[in-house]
Amino acid sequence: MKNIAISSAAALSMLANTAFAETEITWWHAMGGALGETVNEIAEGFNASQDEYTITPVFKGTYEETLTAGIAAFRAGEQPNIMQVFDAGAATVIAAEGATVPVQNLLEANDVGFDIEDYISGVRYFYADADGKMIGMPFNSSSPIMYYNVQALEAAGVTPPVTWEEFETVTAPALKKAGFTAMSQSHLPWIFVENFMSRHDLPFATNANGYDGADGTEILVNIDPLKAHFTALTKWQDAGYFEWFGTGWGDNQTPFEEGKVAIWFGSSGSFGGLSKKDLGFDFSATYLPYWEAVTTEPKQTFIGGAALFAMAGQPDEEDAATAAFFKYLTSPEVQYMWHRETGYVPITTAAYEMATADGHYDRAPAAETGILQLSLDAGENTRGYRMGFYVQIRDVMNREFGRILTGEASVDDAFAAIETEANELLARFAKTQN
Amino acid sequence: MKRAGFATRWLPILLLLPQLAIIAVFFYWPAAHAVQSSFYLEDPFGFGSSFVGFDNYTHLTSSSEYARIAKFTLLFTVLVTFFSLALALLLAVKADNVIRGAKTYRTLLMWVYAVAPPVAGFIGLLMFNQSWGPLTELARSIGWDFKLGVNFDDTATAMVLVSVWKQVPVNFIFFLSGLQSIPKSVREAALIDAKSSFRRFWDVTFPLLAPTGFFLLIINITYALFDTFGVVDTLVKGEPGNNPMTLVYKVYVDGFRGNDLGGSSAQSVILMVLVLALTVFQFRLVERRIHYT
Repeated sequence: MKNIAISSAAALSMLANTAFAETEITWWHAMGGALGETVNEIAEGFNASQDEYTITPVFKGTYEETLTAGIAAFRAGEQPNIMQVFDAGAATVIAAEGATVPVQNLLEANDVGFDIEDYISGVRYFYADADGKMIGMPFNSSSPIMYYNVQALEAAGVTPPVTWEEFETVTAPALKKAGFTAMSQSHLPWIFVENFMSRHDLPFATNANGYDGADGTEILVNIDPLKAHFTALTKWQDAGYFEWFGTGWGDNQTPFEEGKVAIWFGSSGSFGGLSKKDLGFDFSATYLPYWEAVTTEPKQTFIGGAALFAMAGQPDEEDAATAAFFKYLTSPEVQYMWHRETGYVPITTAAYEMATADGHYDRAPAAETGILQLSLDAGENTRGYRMGFYVQIRDVMNREFGRILTGEASVDDAFAAIETEANELLARFAKTQN
Repeated sequence: MKRAGFATRWLPILLLLPQLAIIAVFFYWPAAHAVQSSFYLEDPFGFGSSFVGFDNYTHLTSSSEYARIAKFTLLFTVLVTFFSLALALLLAVKADNVIRGAKTYRTLLMWVYAVAPPVAGFIGLLMFNQSWGPLTELARSIGWDFKLGVNFDDTATAMVLVSVWKQVPVNFIFFLSGLQSIPKSVREAALIDAKSSFRRFWDVTFPLLAPTGFFLLIINITYALFDTFGVVDTLVKGEPGNNPMTLVYKVYVDGFRGNDLGGSSAQSVILMVLVLALTVFQFRLVERRIHYT
């Protein structure tokens, strides 16, 4: 009996040695369609580059669905090695200490060189903790930028607006005269709140924008500059300078693609998709405008998109595989390929330099806008924000902004409602952290 | 009448056990879990939770937004139930009278039954597309500037229309078979007694359809409350914004999108109580007053 047990154990371990010579890791992501194909390409490239590790990417649906699936898997002890988490979910995953291995620790423990200064400045701290330690590896990083229809602006005889004052008095009236709706945007909370704060260097929440902990963090949206911006939006809507097509991202992008809207605020990550379309006009992009009345020194924006988190509780050799993959992923060649194919920004300076040297920005100047904007001067409040239950806070903002723009609520009432409900959610989140 | 029975007490229990086990594992256990977690505020990853008593419930009762969604759900349920029953009854009565080509009509009317709710929602999305949707253009041609996803009422209209369209075939099948099971002799007798077809319908056919009708009423209320999730999700494109949503959708938004497990559990407990009330209503009130023949 004993003999059988010993010999079968020996046979098993031999089997294990041959069958599992390669350490296998999984990567759950939310990149569908063409983006998913590029993700698969990266994974195949990594698998081909060495023979110790194999990575399997798995598409799990939208950002929210991926996060929920990852959380459920973690609670069941079946978590993947790598999980993609989007900007609004960052607080949830970073606050849960022990759910992930900070990427900085992971890389250092596995002797993969790490220097936060290698990363471009708008990227460094968004997924970092209060001490500036990088927790998640920025992956598909994007920032909102201003796209414009070159022919439309030429027809109206204007240049892309630098300030909102210029948009209001010069650009928009001229575009309207030339037969265009001057502007539309996708994702009001992201572009006209979160990055509005960063661009104007305004505090978004107490506790250093929430980085110092969930306890007592309160949102600071009920402020004059922001209310003035939304009041201006309603005025522009009435004047035919601005049209809002709903909360859906695509609903606001389509009229730009159709040539009805001359200026569209979208993501730098939209660049790849837009350039592959047959638009019938040339487009280019530049920085988000700022209100001169609020600041004369506009600052950088910060990254949206998502980051990769190494889930805790994995065997050491799998963590080593994850570290090796992160090293591969952040190599200039892979970053440049990802940047070129998708339009997401390259996250390291080295990759950016490679793209520059290759002449990518001579061929497509608009592709550089996002990274340039992320590398503008930093300010007190430009590294990002960290708020729990932020997905719901965004939902509240979307709802109230919808009410403003359909005339159901006044700007003052809407912002008061956002402040109240967001603070309630923040307090509830703080309670979950005990 | 001879009473059939088991010789031992344990055999019937043993035979029931698989079913009971399934109910316990898939219904009672999760339900108990939901009740429990509705009293806690929990970190999504499960590292910490604090007991908050009825906080999650008082949070809901004091929330004007939750009240607004509840009101909308009520209105939505009434509209969907009424229109899908009324339309189906009308179509069934008409189809019942058709002799030539009856099969074709019936097939055409039942067709939509096979369409899954998200697909129905997607078709709705195409029909009401902001720039080229045929129904949007139809609405504009009569001076209604229809804007799905922008205007609350317009989105609500689309939700009701798509949900009704999806539900009519089910009701139609039941009504039609109900109509066809009315004995021929009764119909002939009615023909002699009442000249107007309107009177014949209300005095004879309708009461005989009552069991089917009440059964469908409960089915439709449940449908409007719970099964329209796919339609709502597709029409708001997963981002409700200021668009209407139903209570079930709110559970999903807070629990699955927002990771607020406690708040979402409290909402599902409320819905569970609602279903319980509906069931009691069905068995106690309806079943007692309706006579099945």
